[in-house]
Amino acid sequence: MTAVIEAQGLGKQYGRRWALSDCTLDIPAGRVVGLVGPNGAGKTTLLHLTVGLLAPTSGSIEVLGGRPAANPAQLAKVGFVAQDSPTYAGLRVADHLKLGARLNPGWDAALARDRIERLGLDPARRAGQLSGGQRAQLALTLGIAKRPELLILDEPVAALDPLARREFLQGLMEATAEHELSVVLSSHLVSDLERACDYLIVLVDSRVRVAGEVEELLATHHRLSGPRRDPARLPAGQHVVAASHTDRQTTLIVRTDAPIHDPAWTVSRLSLEDLVLAYMGKSTHTDHNGRNHRPTLEVQR
Amino acid sequence: MIWLTWRQFRAAAAMMAAALAALAAILALTGPGLAHDYSTGIAACTQSGCSDFVRHFFNDHQGPFLAVTAVVLVLPALIGLFWGAPLITRELEAGTHQLVWNQSITRTRWLAVKLALTGVAAMTAAGLGSLAVTWWSSPIDKTATNFPKMGPLLFDTRGIVPIAYAAFAFALGVTVGMLVRRTLPAMAITLAVFVAIQIAMPLLVRPHLLPPTRSTIEITTSNLDDFTMGPDHRIRVSAKPADTGAWVLSSHTVDASGHAIDSIPPSPSLSPSSRACAPQQGLSPCLAEVTRLGYRQQVTYQPSSRFWPFQWYETGIYTALTLGLAGLCFWRIRRRLS
Repeated sequence: MTAVIEAQGLGKQYGRRWALSDCTLDIPAGRVVGLVGPNGAGKTTLLHLTVGLLAPTSGSIEVLGGRPAANPAQLAKVGFVAQDSPTYAGLRVADHLKLGARLNPGWDAALARDRIERLGLDPARRAGQLSGGQRAQLALTLGIAKRPELLILDEPVAALDPLARREFLQGLMEATAEHELSVVLSSHLVSDLERACDYLIVLVDSRVRVAGEVEELLATHHRLSGPRRDPARLPAGQHVVAASHTDRQTTLIVRTDAPIHDPAWTVSRLSLEDLVLAYMGKSTHTDHNGRNHRPTLEVQR
Repeated sequence: MIWLTWRQFRAAAAMMAAALAALAAILALTGPGLAHDYSTGIAACTQSGCSDFVRHFFNDHQGPFLAVTAVVLVLPALIGLFWGAPLITRELEAGTHQLVWNQSITRTRWLAVKLALTGVAAMTAAGLGSLAVTWWSSPIDKTATNFPKMGPLLFDTRGIVPIAYAAFAFALGVTVGMLVRRTLPAMAITLAVFVAIQIAMPLLVRPHLLPPTRSTIEITTSNLDDFTMGPDHRIRVSAKPADTGAWVLSSHTVDASGHAIDSIPPSPSLSPSSRACAPQQGLSPCLAEVTRLGYRQQVTYQPSSRFWPFQWYETGIYTALTLGLAGLCFWRIRRRLS
């Protein structure tokens, strides 16, 4: 299986601030990859590096074996729907399809027409008159009908209401299955990705906290609870992701490949959301009540 | 890509075409009559001297003359402001660059098509405007004694230089837009820079494109520009070169030894009580006496015969600037912009 995205020590600096640093990834083909992290964690930066909207400050990135946006052939292989699904407000839906047809040699006109028809979008309407959900669907149609090998979506559902969100993700999953796409989509909400993704990357504070197959992540992470003790004294091979203590009890989230035999622990499985939250919490301090502060959420465009 | 560029540009293009068509229609309707009036007027005055006709003809048409000249003068600036500056910033502000740069077409190609198509449209618009105005206004231009053909106003608004100005203003708008990334500030900066360059050009560069002609001329009634005698009997006088279309860069009176003087000092033969300069005599004998005493007018000017060479030089300069800016745009879009 070849890698769709291969990054080595990838970093991007804005002025003095590193929006992304030391990012090493090796994502196999055929996955639906969820990229999660709080706002401002560097998700958009990573995706822009992947599609070549940005050039890396350090390290290197290869997408489908080529440098992002290096040439028309490379551009044709990668579809991208940017945050807030930008479309030309003054152009009609039909004009957008024509744009796609004119600018992409591999354009699938029948697919685009069918999707627009199924979504009930009027081809004569201007994109500026569409609702947020319809605009997102139009942008997704452009991305899919280009017939890329890899489709990248930056917060595709952020602007949608729950129903539209569900429909959008469902449409995306159908298209993925039908056209054997690899997909990367980002979100700051795990719940959006839980059903859709089979590969997960957690990005916090411009660094990759964890990346891997969802099944494998769930199989290797456990919540341990038991009498209070020092997490530093765990056996080798058990890495503490998050720890919280009360006066008498300790709850740990650990990553380990080996089974846990210590009878003092009560071992339970984690949900994907718990797992992500554990990694998001790692960057922050734990106060004396044992509660983690979530990373500050900020709106960043 | 050509289709998309045209689809985005066609509304602006249609507006410009409509405005130019309206201008062309007005000029086409009034132009032949104007030319006819001029040729009959000039034919009628050959014996009696044409200075009255020339003055009246110009005064009668001064308003429209200034209006159409202003159109050609501001057209390049408008193109830079409304076609150049928003070309890229509009995409950046709406985020649509992220859409279009991820189709199967490189940014360089995208920019090349946009620049070429819109740039050619800008040059065509300015060329047609200048052509129409140059043709329509040619009789008035001949009578515009205060606006010589080589002077800043007419030189800038006739011939082929407006085409180069439009191309330059457009490229400037695009470049500033790329650097500033916001439409309104980009428009403001484009206007400021373009105006500054348009002022600097005739002030600092154009006079030196070729070494100006320097000549020392006798002052006669035919070339006299101004004659005043002060209460102290000092005479201030100035004259123009015979070439009425010339752009006079400097002009001063020199005495018999060739030194520049501010005014002619009083002398018995030039006083109002003298035979030559008695007020009732007219100026002719007085000027003859001024000449006999060795006073001359020294003028440096760019002769009107250099109109076309200068038009080509200036077109070349602006073309080079335009290409430089376009190169900067390509470099920028490859390296920095996102």
